[in-house]
Amino acid sequence: MSVISLRDVTKTYPPRSRGAAVTAAVDNVSLDIEAGEIHGIIGYSGAGKSTLVRLINALERPTSGSVTVQDRDLTALPEKALRQERRGIGMIFQQFNLFESKTVWGNIEFPLKAAGVPASEHQRRISELLHFVGLVEQAHAYPEQLSGGQKQRVGIARALATNPSILLADEATSALDPETTRDVLRLLKRVNEDLGVTIVVITHEMEVIRQIAHRVSVMEKGRIVEQGDVFDVFAAPQAAATRQLTVGVVSAPPGEDELVSLRQRHPGRVVSFSFVDGGSAQAQIFVALSEAGLRFELVHGGIDEIRGRTFGTLTLAITGGDASIDSVLAQLADVATITEAH
Amino acid sequence: MDRLIELLPRLWTAAFETVYMVGIAMVIGGLLGLLLGLALYLTRSGNLLQNKAVFAVLNLLVNTFRPIPFIILLAAVQPLARLVIGTGIGNNAAIFGLVVGSMFAIGRIVEQNLLTVRPGVIEAARSVGAGNLRIIFTVLIPEALGPLILGYTFVFIAITDMSAVAGLIGGGGLGNFAVQYGYRLFDPTVTWAAVLIIIVLVQLTQVIGNSLARKVLRR
Repeated sequence: MSVISLRDVTKTYPPRSRGAAVTAAVDNVSLDIEAGEIHGIIGYSGAGKSTLVRLINALERPTSGSVTVQDRDLTALPEKALRQERRGIGMIFQQFNLFESKTVWGNIEFPLKAAGVPASEHQRRISELLHFVGLVEQAHAYPEQLSGGQKQRVGIARALATNPSILLADEATSALDPETTRDVLRLLKRVNEDLGVTIVVITHEMEVIRQIAHRVSVMEKGRIVEQGDVFDVFAAPQAAATRQLTVGVVSAPPGEDELVSLRQRHPGRVVSFSFVDGGSAQAQIFVALSEAGLRFELVHGGIDEIRGRTFGTLTLAITGGDASIDSVLAQLADVATITEAH
Repeated sequence: MDRLIELLPRLWTAAFETVYMVGIAMVIGGLLGLLLGLALYLTRSGNLLQNKAVFAVLNLLVNTFRPIPFIILLAAVQPLARLVIGTGIGNNAAIFGLVVGSMFAIGRIVEQNLLTVRPGVIEAARSVGAGNLRIIFTVLIPEALGPLILGYTFVFIAITDMSAVAGLIGGGGLGNFAVQYGYRLFDPTVTWAAVLIIIVLVQLTQVIGNSLARKVLRR
């Protein structure tokens, strides 16, 4: 069942100067996010992902189309009713956006006060959250005394204070170093798995998607250009934007230029084997080549694993009789996708 | 010097009058200015209560009144003072003028200090479902409190400066004292005595303002 559902949503902003074209930050997007999933939305800056995520908690109103969250059509609600809905949708930010005038405790208490939670329950709930994010010691510190990672933990605790069933993460790790990023992503994973919170992760880093997302939508120029299971999108990116974003994160087959230099440096035939979800594909390839008495050398490629499934491309330089190479390749046709550079 | 000793009781009265006028003008003008500054900030495009028309009107109002030299404004609002507080002369009429004269400046200072609050912080408050009043009083103002205190300290000193011309409409205070008993009677000692008290008053205010701001900003 989808917990967030966008139907033909468009958000345009008035032109910056007279006569300039109207810009659509989000252009006719439909999107369904299932309860309990971590859904990544990736794209370069300016792709419209930040606007899209703000449509989900109605910080922005769509120009047209409808936004339904937990079976309630937000587009039809007045501001006052939206406040009620927002208590069920937490949000964390790239710049953390903590209240500098309040302590960690005060920051987490703010949503409780706003939601009218009785004061007698604050103590229990706040210490519960502090334990969950691991900041018990820092309860009475001010934000400026915390590191970036700690600030984001406070942000997460604040966003979870009112027990929302959805968490929106807007570039939540983009201001953090790689190690802290991993810590925060692990925490988000716990939020998803232990608390059952549906998470929408906005990012421009494919690595973030790869580490925690179940499904991913790729945005470009206000539109969703590709969508699917993270494994499928990584293993076989379709849209140009997706391929660009996955460069460097996954091992793609060698490009034209690389092939030319590979052929110059290595004798024999240069053959690429691409496989998806290939648990035993590698072994089968190597065994078949050895049994045929062929010599081979691994010249390019790599194996990736996403959520327990492997995929990748191995490029081998194979030497031996042409006829026996052909027969082995034919034999392996259903194990991997084979392309040979000529 | 003998003359100054003779005038001492009057000097103390004048000092008290200055504190009285500036104090009351500061409270009333400070509140009206705070409201005006909030209104300017909130109606600005992209903010909580964005409203182009209201912002344009308020902005025009501030820009119209702020540049008027205070000595002219004090005379110009005299009929209005009669209408509102029932008298056009004396300390209270001067307070009326000070309120009108200062609230526009305070409004602008408040607006500028509120603009230093990162919009993301306000957005975070909205994202947890907080209402506008809660955001204004428990997020916006506390987040800008340090600069606001410094802004109000600055304004207090500006109002002290403005209050010096209260004598124009029959008000008292140190400015009037210095002009009446020092300048007009060719007695610089008396003038400087008034100046000295004003300096002490201003320094004291600045010290208090700075230490309060430092406390709020925790540095």
